Amino acid sequence: MFLQQLVNGITVGAIYAMVALGYTMVYGVLQIVNWAHADVLMFGTFIGLLLTNVFHMPLFAMAVLAAAFTAALGMSVEIVAYRPIKSGNRRMAVLVSALGMSTFLQNLAQLVFGSSSQPFPTIEKVTYTIGKVTFTNIQLIILGITAIMLFILYMIVYKSKIGIAMRACSVSIPNAKLMGINTNFIISLTFGIGAFMAGIAGICIATYYNAVYPTMGYLLGMKAFAAAILGGIGSIPGSVLGGFVIGIFESLGAGYLSSGYRDAYAFIVMILVLAIRPSGFMGAKHIDKV
Amino acid sequence: MGKEKAVKQKKFSLNSLPAYSKMVLMPVLVLALIAAPAVITNKYMLHIIILCSMYSCLALSLNMVIGWSGQFSLGHVTFYGMGAYLSTLLVRSLGINFFLATLTAMVIVGIFSALLCMPTLKLRGDYIALVTLGFGEVFRLFISNAVAITRGPMGIPNIPPPSIFGFEISGKTAYYYFVLILLICFTIFMVRFDNSGFGMSMMAVNEDDIAATSLGINPVKFKLWGFVMGGVMAALMGSFYSVYMGMIGPSSFDYGESIKMVSMVVLGGQGSIAGSILGAFLLAALPEALRAFSDYRMVIYGAAMVIMMIFRPEGIYGRNKRTRNLYKIKAMRGEKHGEGTAG
Repeated sequence: MFLQQLVNGITVGAIYAMVALGYTMVYGVLQIVNWAHADVLMFGTFIGLLLTNVFHMPLFAMAVLAAAFTAALGMSVEIVAYRPIKSGNRRMAVLVSALGMSTFLQNLAQLVFGSSSQPFPTIEKVTYTIGKVTFTNIQLIILGITAIMLFILYMIVYKSKIGIAMRACSVSIPNAKLMGINTNFIISLTFGIGAFMAGIAGICIATYYNAVYPTMGYLLGMKAFAAAILGGIGSIPGSVLGGFVIGIFESLGAGYLSSGYRDAYAFIVMILVLAIRPSGFMGAKHIDKV
Repeated sequence: MGKEKAVKQKKFSLNSLPAYSKMVLMPVLVLALIAAPAVITNKYMLHIIILCSMYSCLALSLNMVIGWSGQFSLGHVTFYGMGAYLSTLLVRSLGINFFLATLTAMVIVGIFSALLCMPTLKLRGDYIALVTLGFGEVFRLFISNAVAITRGPMGIPNIPPPSIFGFEISGKTAYYYFVLILLICFTIFMVRFDNSGFGMSMMAVNEDDIAATSLGINPVKFKLWGFVMGGVMAALMGSFYSVYMGMIGPSSFDYGESIKMVSMVVLGGQGSIAGSILGAFLLAALPEALRAFSDYRMVIYGAAMVIMMIFRPEGIYGRNKRTRNLYKIKAMRGEKHGEGTAG
């Protein structure tokens, strides 16, 4: 029972980690929270559904194309909703604008795709049993994809020139500009990479639960955001850790306490951690209180 | 010259009118509001006006949290729903008068919101938004799952109408006066609060809590009070909602409701009393006016929020807090200067 819930938790946690990375990278560069991130994810997943149903694409080609579309959508959200805002109280204005964008995308999807839950094309399920623990090939694939995505992200952020530019932007945008970095391009790219990972995560979770619906982004996004905060927003390893912690807590809570409150555990864990340690597990010690 | 220019630039407001016109305008407005049900015989129309007034009160209570104490709450529906459920359950289980139950519910919600505020005190903008959203979500899950107490997703139907001194409040007209009294009380309270030292201290904490601390203002105290007062006001409106609708359920207190209230505050203007009322009336009445476009309503809400933030982040009736004070000072100086030259 415990190991079984742990396996399920790790699978969901991997997806949360991928989504949480989008929040944390944008926060690292711009110090804003991209509230529309999860709705961009949902839109991308619907595009994936469309690609399969209309063009009958194989799953992996569809996943890559849908993720590319999600990346493009993520970048346009930044250009439309965040970049033009240059008012005094920028943080508040961006927060409201992002919420507006989130509401807009969610309801647009309801208009275009319908508000009911639709089945998602999945691959044939194979079940393996080791001892008392049962797991499926889908879970294995999700974990494998997560590992590959995390490795690619690591290579981009820590081993490439673009990654150096990104890290420079996260230290200080004006100084990065002085060093000849095209900061607007880097910001766009950050949104794009985050949304690409979210697109892959969206396809993964839709395959895992075999469902896609317009409000799927809301809870998924809030839990991933909770994971990012838990790990210390802005810290990439922290977000991955936070994602797994939230996923495992949620599965264990649903298994041992009450499954009715499944969606509440992530928030409860987050509120408790924030009350004790406002900067999260791996966040920077300094917090500005304004 | 510069000073005169500043005075001329001052926006039109009730305060810029001469005192006697205010004395004429106010009674006229109050009389018009009192006489409204006699003119508006359409029950549906009256229903919309009641809803708009209710949302005005809610927007005012949320503005207290967002606009005055500067904590971007996305979980205001928690206190609204808690007020509705607590007062209903108190009336049902103890059989006490509705107004007594409402008062008890307000006290309980006040204590609760103070407790909920604790983890958010150290946090800033987006963190507060997520934590409060978390409260809202936990609350919604609680009322959906605690079937023994709240009847879960079925909700509580047939809530009896309230009675006061033997007079039973039922029918649209009675509720209209009920909500009108509430709205007037809320507005007077907010105006008095805004002009009080307490309100100004809260505004100071909102603008810059480090500067406020250095002036001897305790930011924790004011943030806490902002949260508690907003919560108590929302609880009052929650119990009004429960008796007006006659039934409550988890679907009335979901995330969308919080977003609706936030849009009203943002559209009207953070920290503006008239703005909150205007925003609530616009956003609550427009969907009814544009019934044909009801599918597009939320899409338009979302787009409007983005466009608003790009072109006018302070809202329709919003004020730029710093310049407002600057204008006030300049206007005062200008007046004195004028008096000086005249004498």
